[in-house]
Amino acid sequence: MSWLSDFFGDPANWSGPDGIPARLLEHLEFSALALALAMLVAIPLGLLIGHTGRGGVVVVISANLARALPTLGLLVLFVLLLGTASILPVIIPLVLLAIPPILVNTFEGIRGVDPELRDAAYGMGLTGGQVLGRVLVPVALPLILLGLRLSAIQVVATTTVAAYTGLGGLGRFVIDGFATKDYASVVGGSVLIVLFALAVQLVFTLLQRTTVSPGVSRRVKVRQVASGRETT
Amino acid sequence: MITFDAVTKRYADGTVAVDNLSLEAPTGEITVFVGPSGCGKTTSLRMINRMIDATEGRILLDGDPVQDIDPPKLRRGIGYVIQQAGLFPHKKIVDNVATVPLLLGWDRGKARSRAMELLERVGLDPAMGERYPFQLSGGQQQRVGVARALAADPPVLLMDEPFSAVDPIVRTSLQDELLRLQAELNKTIVFVTHDIDEAIKLGDRVAVLRVGGRLAQLADPKTLLSEPADDFVREFLGHDRGIRRLQFVGTDGLRLRTDLTVPAGFSGGSPEPWVLAVSDDGRPVGWLRGDGGGEPEPYGTFRPGRDSMRSALDAALLSPSGCAVAVGEDGKVVGVATREVLDAALAEAADG
Ligand SMILES: Nc1ncnc2c1ncn2[C@@H]1O[C@H](COP(=O)(O)OP(=O)(O)OP(=O)(O)O)[C@@H](O)[C@H]1O
Ligand SMILES: [Mg+2]
Repeated sequence: MSWLSDFFGDPANWSGPDGIPARLLEHLEFSALALALAMLVAIPLGLLIGHTGRGGVVVVISANLARALPTLGLLVLFVLLLGTASILPVIIPLVLLAIPPILVNTFEGIRGVDPELRDAAYGMGLTGGQVLGRVLVPVALPLILLGLRLSAIQVVATTTVAAYTGLGGLGRFVIDGFATKDYASVVGGSVLIVLFALAVQLVFTLLQRTTVSPGVSRRVKVRQVASGRETT
Repeated sequence: MITFDAVTKRYADGTVAVDNLSLEAPTGEITVFVGPSGCGKTTSLRMINRMIDATEGRILLDGDPVQDIDPPKLRRGIGYVIQQAGLFPHKKIVDNVATVPLLLGWDRGKARSRAMELLERVGLDPAMGERYPFQLSGGQQQRVGVARALAADPPVLLMDEPFSAVDPIVRTSLQDELLRLQAELNKTIVFVTHDIDEAIKLGDRVAVLRVGGRLAQLADPKTLLSEPADDFVREFLGHDRGIRRLQFVGTDGLRLRTDLTVPAGFSGGSPEPWVLAVSDDGRPVGWLRGDGGGEPEPYGTFRPGRDSMRSALDAALLSPSGCAVAVGEDGKVVGVATREVLDAALAEAADG
């Protein structure tokens, strides 16, 4: 416990380029950037393939291949190739890591929507784009968000490891701490990493609650269910 | 009016689902497509709103070939009801019903109030508008499906086995509801079913299709039952075709006897084997033996003129006397149709 108070109590740890706020921001920056870039690629692709039904096999195979890539090895490779002058060598592997869960879940979510529902939507005169945007996406949203959450968790975890390459992030407290036998820093850094991961989970839970329709999650305010019961 | 003009549908694998079909579904009437599984009913129906495109021939909507109309535009003008309702699970019932009006650019308030009005029309509590589809029973969802199809007041309604996934009691009430709505709205309806009873109950005209998508017979239900075109149609209509036919034989010509009723306190002394006890306010109480012995026995009633011979016969079979009690709109006894009278009417129906 004294390690914790040593680490969090030390005012020097709260300022400067290797202080907690700066490292936290770096961590957030790398993770968020990687996730955002991955979303930009994977969501439109997943929607397109799920909606048209073409190229599904390719997606699943390439996603599984990508999943098998050793991210840490890739990270080291890119750092060796590109140096550490930019954050590119860290971001590229993180993006590659983040794409498969988003892509596969978006694709599966859209493809898995009840064909009767799709049929009814077209039958009422929705155009292809309206069917996708107004029906398929809202109904597939839980799976799409699941893909995002899985990606985010992996990216956050891997960003920690990326500190090996000499770049920033919360992982630095742990790695530098081991190197200098500063165990307060190791323990404090670990706690920060856990808290960060928990915060990410929380954000996605909130996102799920606010964006998924109660009709899809089947979670409806008690008042409504109770008030309607006598007419069932 | 919907016109099929020599329409053929050949699927990519070579299956001919509909073969050279020509028929008309007149404006303001219910045309039923009926036939065994796989005979091309769904395919025929879906070619009307271009969910499937015909391989050959043309389908005309009031004279205009549907092939010339952009599918989304075409479909917004045609109500479409399917078996599993196909409601959007993420939208409240009211928003489900308002879908097409909103697509057509109505403002939200107007679309919603129209949706509420329709929920009431199809027999649902408007409070249900605030629920989500998963909170409704299958029968209720089906009603919403009908309301949604009617929302933008399309002149044409396509229904593909809309009531086949609900239990028989709910199905009957949904059928009655549809007939009631149709009496008010006069839509041009094409209704698909594999249930011949449903076809006869709902159809102004019934098209019997045989496997391979060929038209076996197109006729009004009465003609279909009395003059099936061939063995296939006869077999499809089933064994109790004769009984069903009585549905279309009227009861207004029945000679009713009025001398068989007695007051409720009757204590015997009639030469008839059975007499009908009637309460002070004119309602039937039960059948009594002419000698006054025993308790009142069950009776069955029908409304002469409004009910069919099938109902009259049913009423007769419900009572030990073999007679059917004729009642007026107010439920008061107007007379009795005896077994002899019913016999004569049946004999006449069998000839005609
Ligand atoms: N997409 C398709 N590709 C190939 N064949 C098809 C396709 N859809 C339907 N068919 C075939 O066309 C024929 C008619 O099918 P359709 O669905 O119109 O029958 P139906 O009369 O509606 O049957 P049911 O009462 O079982 O619903 C069947 O033999 C069916 O197997
Ligand atoms: Mg069918």
